[in-house]
Amino acid sequence: MKKPEEILEYLNQKFGEDQLTLERGDIGEPWILVPASMIRDLSKFLRDDSELRFDMLMCLSGLHYLKEEELGVVYHLHSTKLDHYVTLKVRVPVEEPEVPSVESIWKTADWHEREAWDMVGVVFDKHPNLKRILLPDDWIGHPLRKDYVQQEFYQGIPTGE
Amino acid sequence: MVEILDNIDQREMVINMGPQHPSTHGVLRLELVLDGEIIKKVTPNIGYLHRCFEKYAEQMDDYSKVIPYTDRMDYVSAINQEHGYVLAMERLLEIDVPERVEYIRVIMAELQRIASHLLGIGAFGLDLGAFTPFLYCFTEREKILDIFERTTGARLLYNYMAVGGLMKDVHPEFKTDTADFLKTFRPKIKELNDLLSYNDIFIKRTANIGVLPKQVAINYGASGPVLRGSGVQWDLRKNDPYSIYEKFDFEIPVGMGEMGTLGDCWDRYIVRVREMEQSLRIIEQALDGLPEEGDVTEAVPKRIRPKNGSIYTRSESPRGELGYYIESNNSASPYRVKARAPSFVHLGMLPAISKGSLIADLVAIVGSIDIVLGEVDR
Repeated sequence: MKKPEEILEYLNQKFGEDQLTLERGDIGEPWILVPASMIRDLSKFLRDDSELRFDMLMCLSGLHYLKEEELGVVYHLHSTKLDHYVTLKVRVPVEEPEVPSVESIWKTADWHEREAWDMVGVVFDKHPNLKRILLPDDWIGHPLRKDYVQQEFYQGIPTGE
Repeated sequence: MVEILDNIDQREMVINMGPQHPSTHGVLRLELVLDGEIIKKVTPNIGYLHRCFEKYAEQMDDYSKVIPYTDRMDYVSAINQEHGYVLAMERLLEIDVPERVEYIRVIMAELQRIASHLLGIGAFGLDLGAFTPFLYCFTEREKILDIFERTTGARLLYNYMAVGGLMKDVHPEFKTDTADFLKTFRPKIKELNDLLSYNDIFIKRTANIGVLPKQVAINYGASGPVLRGSGVQWDLRKNDPYSIYEKFDFEIPVGMGEMGTLGDCWDRYIVRVREMEQSLRIIEQALDGLPEEGDVTEAVPKRIRPKNGSIYTRSESPRGELGYYIESNNSASPYRVKARAPSFVHLGMLPAISKGSLIADLVAIVGSIDIVLGEVDR
């Protein structure tokens, strides 16, 4: 069982310093900020390494940071075998919202990534079936973006009140 | 046009099951590719009940105003949905909840678990053509709803929990009402077993169907009865205890492949039946320990304004791991609320476990994972 700090130290030995940073807010849990390009390799390592064994992706959430003009993806991992937790966060600019998919590592990510694409518009690279999941295929925009404006009509049907 | 006709495999047929179909438990469309009666591919199409709960949550000017919306996610276990949300908020704000509140919450949550499982079990039987057990289940469920109604005033969507406490205390006869229910309900489980669980036709329809192996279940992020049906001893009430569940003595029933293969529909079903017995044990202990006095609203903060930060908290809803990811930014409304709904994850597994089965068995598989579309679509 490792604490987030220990997990970071362990990962730094493997991936080199300066790549990953442990961040925390004023309250709540800390998270490890991961460069987008690294996320798939890192996830595979987290799942397969004998000292980490993160076999369960509990949750994957997409976020929009309006001020920073960035999109975020948050991964909550748990190891059912070793009973430890870690939170990973990836941030990418809104103009190039590409994050490698982790669907091949944890199957849970399949629908969760589709949801994050649908709701905030993160493009998951190499996802086998990246299309909208909750909204119709021809919907315009990503509703959970902070600057989202709802289309007035959908196929001739008013969407407002 | 010619090109399209050339590419058609004439043995294959594409059929839509739903969105309005009695066995899909709500508005769900399953796109089936069939070879005769055999399913070659299933594609679940969801979103018919999508209300964008998460957007609503962001637009509330108070964290407490999100609670009624959580009710509407999994509307057959509203108490558990609220419980998950208030737990997350309490961890974010580091609020200590009075003991009496915790006890009442546990009793309510377990009553709700029984009510939800009764609906799940009854509807599952109904899907397979067993109409009578459904009515038996509903009679019992009604008694639980009566208890809820007397306390909260509502029968389905309660809005009962508050961050740090409860909206109001339980009604004066709550203890005796609940104790009466426990007494009358125990023998009913045996009756249900005789009627449905060990019914020969029911076993033939569910054993060896929709087998979910252990490793697949974990990789897909399964939880709750679906995961336990595959023989994994995993219950957040024990493995990642929240509230006061550590104080109670109860077991985690798991599937054992009694009627066929481990992880089949029957295993998932029987886990729910046995869980109801365990819930009764928890309620019994909680009723004994319930402190007589105490103000259930004393720890409720007047104003909620968390600093910058985020939290992910999970709890065991009747369907599995219900998680809330909350990000706050020092204002009165949440920056982001993401609900990780167990039904959403479980429905994602459907293509993997129903490939190669018959159409009639697909009905059994969908029933056995016990989805609620309100929670899938949010």
